[in-house]
Formats: sequence, C-alpha cells, structure tokens
Amino acid sequence: MITTTLPLVAFAELFPRGIAQYAAGGLLIGLGVATIYLGTGIIAGASTFLESTLSYVSDVPRFNRTKYLASRDWRVVFTLGIVGGAAVYALAFGEFGWTTAVQPWRLLGGGFLVGVGTRLGKGCTSGHGVCGVGSLSQTSLVNVATFMAFAIGTAQIVAALGVSP
Amino acid sequence: MSAATNEDRSLGVTLLILLGGMVFGFGLALSGMAKPEIVLDFLQFDDLGLLFVMGGAAVVSGVVFFVATRFLDRAPLTGRAYTRRLKSMNRNVLAGGAIFGVGWGISGICPGAAYASVGIGNLPILWAVLGMFLGAYAQGYVRSYRADDADTSDTVPTD
Repeated sequence: MITTTLPLVAFAELFPRGIAQYAAGGLLIGLGVATIYLGTGIIAGASTFLESTLSYVSDVPRFNRTKYLASRDWRVVFTLGIVGGAAVYALAFGEFGWTTAVQPWRLLGGGFLVGVGTRLGKGCTSGHGVCGVGSLSQTSLVNVATFMAFAIGTAQIVAALGVSP
Repeated sequence: MSAATNEDRSLGVTLLILLGGMVFGFGLALSGMAKPEIVLDFLQFDDLGLLFVMGGAAVVSGVVFFVATRFLDRAPLTGRAYTRRLKSMNRNVLAGGAIFGVGWGISGICPGAAYASVGIGNLPILWAVLGMFLGAYAQGYVRSYRADDADTSDTVPTD
C-alpha cells in the first residue's frame, strides 16, 4: 500500500515531534491574547515592554512617550505573567531547569538584533505575527513575510557554516 | 490615540492582564517556542510544527477580533472600544522586519518566547534578554536624536 504510506512518511519527516503540542500551545497563546482583549480592549504584544520598561531608568525621549508611560506598568505585569505561566508549565511537566545549548554569543548578538528590529518594525512575533495577522493588517503581513524570509535564510546559513545546535 | 485611563490601573485590569499573560506564557512553553533549539529546527526545516503555533494563535485572535469589533460594544473593564491591530506602513516596517529576522535566525529567540524561557528556568536565555534590551535602547537612542526617522504616530496604541 505504498500510495497510502508515502504521505504519512512525509508527514512524519516534516513533523517529527507530531503536532498536538504545537497546536495546543498556539491555541493557548491565542487564548491569552483573547482574554486580555475581551476584558480590556488592550491588544498586548511582547516587544513594546523592552522600550516602555527602559523609561523607568532612561530619559531618552523615545522611551518616555505618553503611550509608553501610560502602559509601562501593565506591560511589566503582562511580562511577569508570561514568565509565571511558563514556570507553571515547566514545574507541572517536570521540565523546570531545561537549559539551552545555543551559544551565549548567539543569544546576545541575535538578541540585540531582535531588540532593534522588533522596535524599529513596530512589533514582533506576537504583535505582528499573532495580533496583526489576526487583524488581517497588510502592514503586519508584510512584516511577518519579511522577518520569516530573513530568519529562515539566516538560520540556513548558520547551519551551513556548521554552527550547532 | 486613547490614552490610558485610571481604569487601566484598576485591580481587575491588572489581574486579568496577569492571567492572560500566564495563559500566553504557558502556551509559549507548551509549544516549545521557549526553547531556541525548537525554533531553529523550524527555521532549518527539520520540524515545521511552529506553523501550528503561529497559525493556531492567529486564528484564535482573528476570530475574537472579528466577533468583538462587529458584535460587542465596549470592553467591560476599561470602556475601551474594540479595535483591530493596524499599523501604518513605512520603510521601518521592512527594515525592522529584516533585522529582527536575522536576529531570530541567529538566536532562535523572540521577545515573548525569551520571557517564557526565563520562566522554564533557562538561565542562559538572560543573555538574549540583555541583548534585546541593549538593542531596544540603541535604536531608541539613535531615533530620538535623528530628525529623519520615518516613524509616524500610530492610531492604535498597542503592541
């Protein structure tokens, strides 16, 4: 029955860890956004926190814009919630203390570019990728297509250079 | 440009944002996005599971935005109108997306996932958190003292 097993083999190769955990995680991410939105009307993204939080310690005008000063407190709460929710998962499933093997220079250097790019481009994977795409925003769709293309290209180059993991 | 009201600081709003953040963070951890290795597997085409993460989340938010903007009145805790997330388009959206993409491809980490990664006890991720703050500071510093920044005021104060 080669005709029926071939698609299954291809599927297993594309999704070696299955899809259940991915789909469930995605639904919960959407549910977290929806919870805040339905109760408050706030569309929460993750990257604005980087700038609004800097207003506590920096006088640079960009971080002290009215909308950042007005939202910086709840953004701290939102971020603490993300940390806490992930901790609940890790403790419940015995994964707490998992440690990445990705080299510190990649985390620091890549993180720096993520900090620049998400703020310059008005959002990140949650703001543009989840809320913007969910809003069918053309700006967000363009941004997501751009960062996806550059991320895939970069990761392929990193792998080709033999950097592992 | 709805400025935040005192209602935004009420206990109910704070608790709801904390709850929503926890569900969001739990989902990020469950989905594997808190682990840079899983993100890099996706970007290197070894495991396409992340399609279901972003897809699933966008479908949920899309349905909720659609229903709320059409059929619901105002948010009960703040009185805010329900809006979609619409940002103005300019060259920064493209440049920022490209720079973010390169950083994501190098590190396998994005902002929300990095916070969640702290939550699962992954201490090395603090390098990425430090990097993101430094990057956010650098672009903010440069743009604050340059006159030709393409940034325009957005109509939707979010993200």
